[in-house]
Amino acid sequence: MSQKQEEENPAEETGEEKQDTQEKEGILPERAEEAKLKAKYPSLGQKPGGSDFLMKRLQKGNYKSLHWSVLLCVDEMQKYFDSGDYNMAKAKMKNKQLPSAGPDKNLVTGDHIPTPQDLPQRKSSLVTSKLAGGQVE
Amino acid sequence: CGRELFSWQLHCADIISTVEFNYSGDLLATGDKGGRVVIFQREQENKSRPHSRGEYNVYSTFQSHEPEFDYLKSLEIEEKINKIRWLPQQNAAHFLLSTNDKTIKLWKISERDKRAEGYNLKDEDGRLRDPFRITALRVPILKPMDLMVEASPRRIFANAHTYHINSISVNSDHETYLSADDLRINLWHLEITDRSFNIVDIKPANMEELTEVITAAEFHPHQCNVFVYSSSKGTIRLCDMRSSALCDRHSKFFEEPEDPSSRSFFSEIISSISDVKFSHSGRYMMTRDYLSVKVWDLNMESRPVETHQVHEYLRSKLCSLYENDCIFDKFECCWNGSDSAIMTGSYNNFFRMFDRDTRRDVTLEASRESSKPRASLKPRKVCTGGKRRKDEISVDSLDFNKKILHTAWHPVDNVIAVAATNNLYIFQDKIN
Repeated sequence: MSQKQEEENPAEETGEEKQDTQEKEGILPERAEEAKLKAKYPSLGQKPGGSDFLMKRLQKGNYKSLHWSVLLCVDEMQKYFDSGDYNMAKAKMKNKQLPSAGPDKNLVTGDHIPTPQDLPQRKSSLVTSKLAGGQVE
Repeated sequence: CGRELFSWQLHCADIISTVEFNYSGDLLATGDKGGRVVIFQREQENKSRPHSRGEYNVYSTFQSHEPEFDYLKSLEIEEKINKIRWLPQQNAAHFLLSTNDKTIKLWKISERDKRAEGYNLKDEDGRLRDPFRITALRVPILKPMDLMVEASPRRIFANAHTYHINSISVNSDHETYLSADDLRINLWHLEITDRSFNIVDIKPANMEELTEVITAAEFHPHQCNVFVYSSSKGTIRLCDMRSSALCDRHSKFFEEPEDPSSRSFFSEIISSISDVKFSHSGRYMMTRDYLSVKVWDLNMESRPVETHQVHEYLRSKLCSLYENDCIFDKFECCWNGSDSAIMTGSYNNFFRMFDRDTRRDVTLEASRESSKPRASLKPRKVCTGGKRRKDEISVDSLDFNKKILHTAWHPVDNVIAVAATNNLYIFQDKIN
């Protein structure tokens, strides 16, 4: 691979510090790898964590493989599947107090009330949920 | 290297998920995926068995965490031990903190080598005696018994983390400790289990604005008001708890400037810091990202003072490493007692040691061959270019399932513990 680099960028090689050259040669493998990945998964977005590829990983249920932002969204998503949850949180909102910098105890249900627009598409569970009743419309 | 080393290979039933020496180095704790903790103890010097000096034997085993099911979220909570941290020893018993994704537990490990005999109210086998049948009283006497090591849970710190706990760190005040998950860091008092203080919260109001998560956190070894936390974007924030109760604003911000022209799809992922460790001196800290280990001077935020390449040859494999998820592997790193050397793991059961004074580094392998007693560890070399020498291994032959994520270095001596999936290797210098 390094040979190919020299062929493609002769102008950059001459007149540059050796360190710069080495850095460029270090960069190019990474870019080549990026090109490989995008060739395999054309729908992959610019930001790592782009949708289709990661939705595939979501279904595999392999948390390690999830890019973190999606993982956290999954956590948020999971909160809203329990209608009892939803109603409790709704009731809580009526008596809502300002959040303090105190301990984060029992933050299972959260304070945010989901609206139908908020709810993303449900992921397939690792464990079949008794509550599985389809999506909230 | 090539020095003579004593080594032991210990087989674990399950995948080892954490390894930690205590403050004296006499005890070595391992946690595994099944929620078990196994503690090894170093043998004392024994003239009748000179070669057993420094051997580590099983001291105690207990089930620390069980799998749980969060019914509200329909999620299983793994029993895997993410971290173990020892408390400094204050009496005959030993204390450690162990944590899974959600719950931290304080365990007391104590020895019992005497037992009382001659009770009045119960028989030798424990059955209660009829008090009306007792005609004489006796004083129970203490008799020696075979050493029994008991582990008991003394505190359970639960319900404080919405996201997965990645770090715990005992404060130098020996009274408090911190626990960190993806978005928050909590401060606990060791005596108080029903509440904790939230000291860092990076959760945005709108989750779609989330750009980074907390990956590791640690207290400063001497300054009890200072801690650091690392992020998935390769930055480290140092916080001072004296400046405010909520440390969302950092006191120092460590980030190495990136050449924007070199940015790729993988840049952010491989810059994510998987571990941060202060040096024993407290002057430096070390961070581990996917391809390198960096040493930072706490007085200089602009860039690290040292960068050591762990396995730079993987840069041309990033595509497949992303596909097989290896790019998300979280490697740990550790200092030796004098801060003159650092160690971290790699793939193919390789681990790397860097000598900061001589600027030399070595690649070693934790394998069956190396576990023969008094066998010296042969340095390994990965061949990146075309011609492969006899002893070298090519990048494409590396086994990416054999990863060394967890390593530990004895706080004083040249003894290291290396976890290779479900095998624990302990290597020791012959000459101290």
